Amino acid sequence: MQVILAQALLGLNVGVFYAMLSLGLAVIFGLLNIINFAHGAMYMLGAFIALIGYSFLEQWLGISIQIGFWASLILVPLLVGLLGVLIERLLLRRLYDLDHIYGLLLTFGITLILQGLFSNYFNVSGTPYPGQPESLNGVVNLGFMYFPTYRLFAIVFSLVVCFATWFFIEHTKLGSRLRAGVENPDLTQAFGLNVPLMITLTFAFGAGLAGLAGVLAAPIYSVSPLMGADLIIVVFAVVVIGGMGSIMGAILSGLALGLIEGLTKVIYPPAASTVIFFLMVLVLLFRPAGLFGKER
Amino acid sequence: MFKHWKQGLVGAVAAATLTLPLTAAGALSDDKIKIGVLSDMSGVYKSLEGPGAVIAAQMAIEDFGGSVMGKPIEIISADHQNKPDIGASTAREWIDAKDVDMITALDNSSVALSVQGLAKDKKIITMNTGAGTTALTEEQCSPYGIHYVYDTHALPVGTATAMVKNGGKKWFFITADYAFGHSLRDNTGAVVESLGGEVVGNVNAPLSTNDFSSYLLQAQSSGADVIGLANAGQDTVNAIKQANQFRIVQSGQKLAGMLVFITDVHSMGLDIAQGLQFTTAFVWNKNEETIAWSERFQERHGAMPTMVHAGVYSAVTHYLEAVKETGTDDSDTVRAKLGEMTLNDMFVKGGKIAPNGSMLHDMYLVEVKKPSESQSEWDLLDVVSEIPADQAFISMADTKCSLVN
Repeated sequence: MQVILAQALLGLNVGVFYAMLSLGLAVIFGLLNIINFAHGAMYMLGAFIALIGYSFLEQWLGISIQIGFWASLILVPLLVGLLGVLIERLLLRRLYDLDHIYGLLLTFGITLILQGLFSNYFNVSGTPYPGQPESLNGVVNLGFMYFPTYRLFAIVFSLVVCFATWFFIEHTKLGSRLRAGVENPDLTQAFGLNVPLMITLTFAFGAGLAGLAGVLAAPIYSVSPLMGADLIIVVFAVVVIGGMGSIMGAILSGLALGLIEGLTKVIYPPAASTVIFFLMVLVLLFRPAGLFGKER
Repeated sequence: MFKHWKQGLVGAVAAATLTLPLTAAGALSDDKIKIGVLSDMSGVYKSLEGPGAVIAAQMAIEDFGGSVMGKPIEIISADHQNKPDIGASTAREWIDAKDVDMITALDNSSVALSVQGLAKDKKIITMNTGAGTTALTEEQCSPYGIHYVYDTHALPVGTATAMVKNGGKKWFFITADYAFGHSLRDNTGAVVESLGGEVVGNVNAPLSTNDFSSYLLQAQSSGADVIGLANAGQDTVNAIKQANQFRIVQSGQKLAGMLVFITDVHSMGLDIAQGLQFTTAFVWNKNEETIAWSERFQERHGAMPTMVHAGVYSAVTHYLEAVKETGTDDSDTVRAKLGEMTLNDMFVKGGKIAPNGSMLHDMYLVEVKKPSESQSEWDLLDVVSEIPADQAFISMADTKCSLVN
């Protein structure tokens, strides 16, 4: 029993990262209809900006400057979001009238470029992020296991971000305008709303979420150029299972699949890396729109 | 038809053999000695071998006087990226186009096996200082392949024996999922079982895994006394750090790093690593001779040498001595000479290279010091006991190498 609880908690730890990343993908797909393959690269970029801010700025600039973890939690999503703005305005905007596949290929190309750049400078095996705050260094005794405080913090923080995002899109005035803009851009624009700006900000927001997930992941995993590539395929499967475009579906299926993966590690470890794809096949066979998705 | 084809092939091989450059005894094939250092220069094993191995080889050449029989000694180096195909193609280019006479370093067992196989066909000596698998001197032994520093037989003999004798009967392994990890796990398991212990479980983790938490919890729930880490480099460091995060050692289980380097201990810090026991071939502050050499190395490299760095220096030195004494770089002659020599320097005392290529020497069981016991940044290890060469390495009576039996 203890084993199952422990693995479930670790599964949840992985699940919140799935949820945060698939949430960003779902927001971008749901509102913009773009399959953003660069999402994993944004996550990787988030972790690297945090690492560079903490460990390399002083070395590179020659002045004493260090951006700590808490500051990174705010700064990094903004920076990655800004990059999102540039990508949307300069590149993706030109592809909206074409087939989905063009957006996918473009974002895949961006991923390869970013991975290549970072692999060249930082080696592929990963660099530890030393900036984990002192206050989160300890462990919590949960009765059935000792759990690192930082991981607990990451779980709670991510859950708050996920549900705040869901609340914002589904239950606020701005969120409803956003949804309206996506549903019928011409009509919404006729009401005097700036739809292109809304689309840009939505893409930036999705990218920022991925960057934020990267900062949160940095102290747990080593920061490596391939960390996003390792995750993105799984996250796509999560989005497919949850239903393309469904916000709540992305969050819930992210958490659930993390848990399922964790529990598979107890029951039959070799299947842990494939169980999600097995489920994806089943979902595609019986509910092609995903568990929470709407038929389009 | 088949017969003709076969005859043709035999003829072609014969012709190819005749056109190979023949080396007259008493001369160097291309008027110089060229040594290739092929290592992981950017990945998980960079800090334990990598650029430091090039420095160690350079030091050996400088200490030798920079030339042999009046001819220059050169170094060439490259990154094999832990990929056997890249390692083999680099080695092929070195041998075919750059006249390399001896290849050393070669951490990563998969790379080492592919390069040793190629070098066997090309009749080039390899002096492997970095890889662990016993296959190099057992199933896949080569008349030109020398395995210099340690192997996966020697490592558990010291560590596992000590731990089983101290009550660590039940073992669970976390294994790096490739040739080296499997070989280390199997050999360690055999030692544990031969002493009356038991292997209660195993989990394979891919090379360069970042998150060991789930594997560690499986190990924790297995009820084992000892969690054996059959991995190396950054993987071992990550696993030990995360075991500390989850308070596994504090909860009563012991960690056994089956292959740990002093650079790993340094990067973990004594707070986390204290009490960890492991087997090594070299302790930098063992005596005045090792300290003098290690401090010279540290000046150039910025870190103290691992056993692999010291091994590269020793291997290159003895290779050059053998060339000098025989007056040739012909691989057969030099290999025969190396087999006759007794090896003595700061790394090895009374070492012998056996017919299967295994360099037989004493090993050390060491324990990581407590933070309060450490006198300086690199004062990290205590020697617990010495493991005599005949216990550490596979005996010629037991070897599966076809060159011996």
